[in-house]
Amino acid sequence: MSIFLNEQSKVIVQGITGGEGTKHSTKMLAAGTNIVGGVNARKAGTTVTINEKDLKVFGTVEEAIKETGADVSVVFVPPKFAKDAVIEAIDAEIPLVVVITEGIPVHDSAFFWAHACAKGNKTRIIGPNCPGIISPGKSNAGIIPADIAGAGKIGLVSKSGTLTYQMMYELREIGFSTAIGIGGDPVIGTTHIDALEAFEADPETAAIVMIGEIGGDAEERAADFIKANVTKPVVGYVAGFTAPEGKTMGHAGAIVSGSAGTAQAKKEALEAAGVKVGKTPSETAALMREIIAAL
Amino acid sequence: MRVGNRPVGTAKWGRENRVDLYEYQAKDLFAAHGVPVLPGKTVETPEDAAAAAAELGTAVVVKAQVKTGGRGKAGGVKLANDADEARAKAQDILGLDIKGHIVHRVLVTEASDIAEEYYFSFLLDRSNRTFLAMASAEGGMEIEQLAVERPEALARVPVDAIAGVDRAKADEIVAQAKIPAAVADQAAEVIVKLWETFVAEDATLVEVNPLVRDPQDKIVALDGKVTLDENADFRHPDHAALIDERTENPLEAKAKAKGLNYVKLDDGQVGIIGNGAGLVMSTLDVVAYAGEKHGGVKPANFLDIGGGASAQVMADGLDVILGDDDVKAVFVNVFGGITACDAVATGIVEALKILGDTATKPLVVRLDGNNVIEGRRILDEANHPLVTQVDTMDNAADKAAELAAAGA
Repeated sequence: MSIFLNEQSKVIVQGITGGEGTKHSTKMLAAGTNIVGGVNARKAGTTVTINEKDLKVFGTVEEAIKETGADVSVVFVPPKFAKDAVIEAIDAEIPLVVVITEGIPVHDSAFFWAHACAKGNKTRIIGPNCPGIISPGKSNAGIIPADIAGAGKIGLVSKSGTLTYQMMYELREIGFSTAIGIGGDPVIGTTHIDALEAFEADPETAAIVMIGEIGGDAEERAADFIKANVTKPVVGYVAGFTAPEGKTMGHAGAIVSGSAGTAQAKKEALEAAGVKVGKTPSETAALMREIIAAL
Repeated sequence: MRVGNRPVGTAKWGRENRVDLYEYQAKDLFAAHGVPVLPGKTVETPEDAAAAAAELGTAVVVKAQVKTGGRGKAGGVKLANDADEARAKAQDILGLDIKGHIVHRVLVTEASDIAEEYYFSFLLDRSNRTFLAMASAEGGMEIEQLAVERPEALARVPVDAIAGVDRAKADEIVAQAKIPAAVADQAAEVIVKLWETFVAEDATLVEVNPLVRDPQDKIVALDGKVTLDENADFRHPDHAALIDERTENPLEAKAKAKGLNYVKLDDGQVGIIGNGAGLVMSTLDVVAYAGEKHGGVKPANFLDIGGGASAQVMADGLDVILGDDDVKAVFVNVFGGITACDAVATGIVEALKILGDTATKPLVVRLDGNNVIEGRRILDEANHPLVTQVDTMDNAADKAAELAAAGA
């Protein structure tokens, strides 16, 4: 097992013909991902050859699914076109869309999230502005370097891309069932809670690392969820203790979330839920090694 | 790496890519979308304030334009009955320091009679991944205080991102906020226009406090706060003109001119360069902990070079950081994911060549990840006297803190 992505996953790339799409399709294929095609309306009907594999370029996600049975799409299209690309994927009812693109306006991501909800949440969205998801040895959908760590029994969920890499590196001897970067944007599809729920249900995952950072109240909500629903050991890390107070004028945001959004508030919430929280990435990794050793 | 036209890692501190506007800018946007505001003019000198008051021909309010709350209490908002008084009040207000914000401009606006004050805002509700309207018939006061003391007086109405706010939705908001019937229609109309402003301008916050009912039962936005989403700048070329570079820290302005994502911190001695917002934030924390053992030295800045760590980006980053007199040592912390460590190492070596004798502060470099062996070899071979390599993040932070303490 693993979560959301496995060796059966058939992946298409929206924006496969662009520079980033091609570069990362190459890396994904090298990592063993079963890429079955790409999407670009303007190049429909053509074929691209990546790592000696011929990949058909389809005009729409719907066509790509019909012809290839794809069940995952990775989106590399520029911010301007990302909203339409994600809506197209949702309308085609693809089970998973991983949105790598950074810099999508929040009105656009709020719109496609609302669209996914209106369509009955048949499509799981990961991101936007995220490194994607890897189930080492099985499949890699996104830009997480596959050579940092192999398969193992840790589940990892993180807002930050580079901290995902750092933590995978620190714990590379143990390895990961799945590592997922959910992105740090104000509106994201898959949350810490979604990943925690899936890791709890995944028999291959023995323990979970959760990485958060300042802003919003996602970590506090995750802490509540852990307390009520997670029996597997969870280790946490929160970045941004030294961040200065936000320069924001209105405090309407804090009223809505009911949380200060500070690293300290998040750490306390997690600890109150029984999560061991490391002060640094390496201390967090050490806590995880102790837990794995005691299993 | 780049996706589209933005390098990955350009997220600002805490990843909030947003810009807060001044009151006068917010009101200009309101006016452009048909939200009623009082006539006024923004000026930078007492003489111009007098002229603006004379032109309006009414009693005026002279209001400091700063991006912080509590202007009234700080003496930044004053009533003036004529042009001479407006000159004198502007004289008092210009140059004031309000919570660290120097007043460079004042808004001279018609004084209004107020019958009632309401509160209104549209904002992003991150937790529920939707938008939210907040409204109250009890405006004017600090909204945080109202939310705590009388939460029942603050209506919170979720707004679907697709359905938006039509007249029926606005009526629902007005009713929940208990806005009096006499002005309910007008208030609902204004709310529809505020929603148009929120969407059309790609705002993440539109706040009116107070929204005023005057003695003639006319509804007017007396104040305005707007936060814009910089990610949407590609569809708002006009928003670039709303950025006020004068109020930025000079180092931040320099970094911005070079396209760097940099935030200056107070009271720090360790300059920080890293890749990825999360890792850089974490680096600052680790340096602050390490500093506790070295005389309390702290991180001096946040600088995320993103994925494209070319020699030029590294040189630009080092140039900004070494130009900060507070900095006594620099910590370069890179985990090569997509970024290759050899490119980073070459960047450091080239940057030191470009900077030459102007580079005088010690650099602690920690490289890990993609092509790390080659990266470390390049730095070893260059054998630059200012550069120390340390192979873990914690030890490197400790070394940087130690060197900063020694140099302080």
